Amino acid sequence: MILKRILISFFVVLWSVFVMLPLLWAAVTSFKPPEAVNFGATYIPFLQFSPELTGWKNIFGGGGATTNLVPPLFNSVVITFGAAAISLVLGTITSYGLSRFRYKAGFIKNQDIVFFFISQRIMPPIVLSFPFFLMLRNLGLLDTRSGLILVSIAGLLPIVVWLMVDFFNGIPKELDEMAMLEGYNPFEVFGRVILPLMAPGLTVAGMFAVIFGWNDFFYPLVLTFGQVVTLPVAIVSLNATVTPYWTLSAAAIFAILPLIAFAFAIERFLSKGSLSGAVR
Amino acid sequence: MLELKNLNVALEGETFIDDFSFVAEPGRIYVLIGRTGAGKTSLMRAIAGLLPLDSGSIYFRGNDITHTPVWKRDAAMVYQQFINYPNKSVRENVEFPLRKLGLSVEERAGRVDTYLDKVGLTEFQKRRPSQLSGGQQQRVALARSLARESSILMLDEPLMNLDFKLREQLREEFLELFSGKADSVTIYATTEITEAMMLGYELVVMHEGKALQVGRPAEVFERPKNTFVAQVVSDPPMTILPVKVQGSSVIFGSGHSADVPPHLGSLGEGSYDLGVRAIDIVPASEGPGVESGLIGFVEVSGSETVLYVTSESGDLVLQIEGIHDYSAGERLSFHLRTDRCFVFDKGGALLGAPGMGMK
Repeated sequence: MILKRILISFFVVLWSVFVMLPLLWAAVTSFKPPEAVNFGATYIPFLQFSPELTGWKNIFGGGGATTNLVPPLFNSVVITFGAAAISLVLGTITSYGLSRFRYKAGFIKNQDIVFFFISQRIMPPIVLSFPFFLMLRNLGLLDTRSGLILVSIAGLLPIVVWLMVDFFNGIPKELDEMAMLEGYNPFEVFGRVILPLMAPGLTVAGMFAVIFGWNDFFYPLVLTFGQVVTLPVAIVSLNATVTPYWTLSAAAIFAILPLIAFAFAIERFLSKGSLSGAVR
Repeated sequence: MLELKNLNVALEGETFIDDFSFVAEPGRIYVLIGRTGAGKTSLMRAIAGLLPLDSGSIYFRGNDITHTPVWKRDAAMVYQQFINYPNKSVRENVEFPLRKLGLSVEERAGRVDTYLDKVGLTEFQKRRPSQLSGGQQQRVALARSLARESSILMLDEPLMNLDFKLREQLREEFLELFSGKADSVTIYATTEITEAMMLGYELVVMHEGKALQVGRPAEVFERPKNTFVAQVVSDPPMTILPVKVQGSSVIFGSGHSADVPPHLGSLGEGSYDLGVRAIDIVPASEGPGVESGLIGFVEVSGSETVLYVTSESGDLVLQIEGIHDYSAGERLSFHLRTDRCFVFDKGGALLGAPGMGMK
């Protein structure tokens, strides 16, 4: 028993170190002066090097640097959260339909439609980039936030639908019927009975959508030309002949901070809406 | 008055409701009885509007409600699984359906209090369904269905998932809960004849989506239309033995014979099925008219012993009052009370019954 607990603790600690160490390393590096990186490895601030803000100044356009990460951050926030929100709304409605109603067209049934959605993600982005480029050009949406939001939705919707159908399937259909018998029409049933129970599903799907959207690099790279720059694209452009590790580290930390804040903010909804006691 | 006219429902080649017609008067409890899969649940779902009809129509208070959507039908249903809103407290669960009735806040609160009190859950009103026992959860579902005071109340084997004691207790409470609802129709589905006899004003015996017999409980019990109905309304099931009538004798499969009982006096010569209730087959010591068989299975309930016996005349079920020490494999001598026999033709239709004589 004790051995088991020790083993569990050991592996938890080991895994945490594995996950946290790169972050810690990036955080420390972001405060290093160039000399502390370029002339042999240093680890401990104040002892082995004196921390300074060169890297952090660089990402905000200070110290002669040409890049300021604040406008890209704004773009990323608008595009990611905009696309995630629209995907969640559309995806929730779609998956509710796929979970509750039976569709049939020849041999195509509900599971096939769900698979069709997720199969969109199997294709490598490069395959889609050309049609997307033409479509956005014809719509006059190249190098715009709206254009990137549209493209992002196309990528996020399959994930949202795929995740949410399972969550909806977990809510007994009898609850819908019960509420209808109690005088609620199908729209009220969806809004007042089922959606409140979907908090964990919405949270998971929302987190995935935001993470995928936030880190998307390829489409913003090929579908924009400098008017709209997102964080991943801006960070890559920080690189130079001599790799500025301190600046890149600061940028990395800066780029994940909003995600961490978002995750902490919505994490508590994961436990909401437990289904125990619905049907026995 | 609820009127069902020639309802038909089939899904993917399987018939769920087969030309079902029925009239239910308000203020009464109608019990649908039949085995699992007989179509009881389908019928209730069709009445509620949850199962679309292939043909037929439903009238309530003279209005055709066949195409009225579920949420406008004013029908309440209690399922055999307890269904409650898991994210709402007991009180909120009972209140939720009332929000659609246009009641004032006070009226609503008053009604919730009344029904929580009726099902004995007042002290648990702040809990979530998951914090209650199975019986209490079913009561929440019951209170929610009752509180709406719907014109059509349907209960689909509401006691099935509960333990024996609780079932007995709730069964008694049901009579009280449903009585005094003069303008609503109550439909109750069950597989248990005890429950059906106790609650039903009228029984509807169902099989394969059809109503095999409709009538007052005593009538159905005493004159089951055919062997199938006789089996469903007898617990333990009625013994059916193939016999031949020759002259004034009934000849059993074993070769034993008995006089044709007076109530079956006009039975002509030929082959028949004899139906005997479990309490009308009694253990006896060897003698004339006594047969014997091997006990295959012994079932002891609270106050009686049920024996499943294989004899040369056929398979029999005996019910003896009290608890007795029989064991499987033992040989048992028994006597059939032919004066209490039912007789069916080879197609299963009732020809004669005790107290009725011949048809």
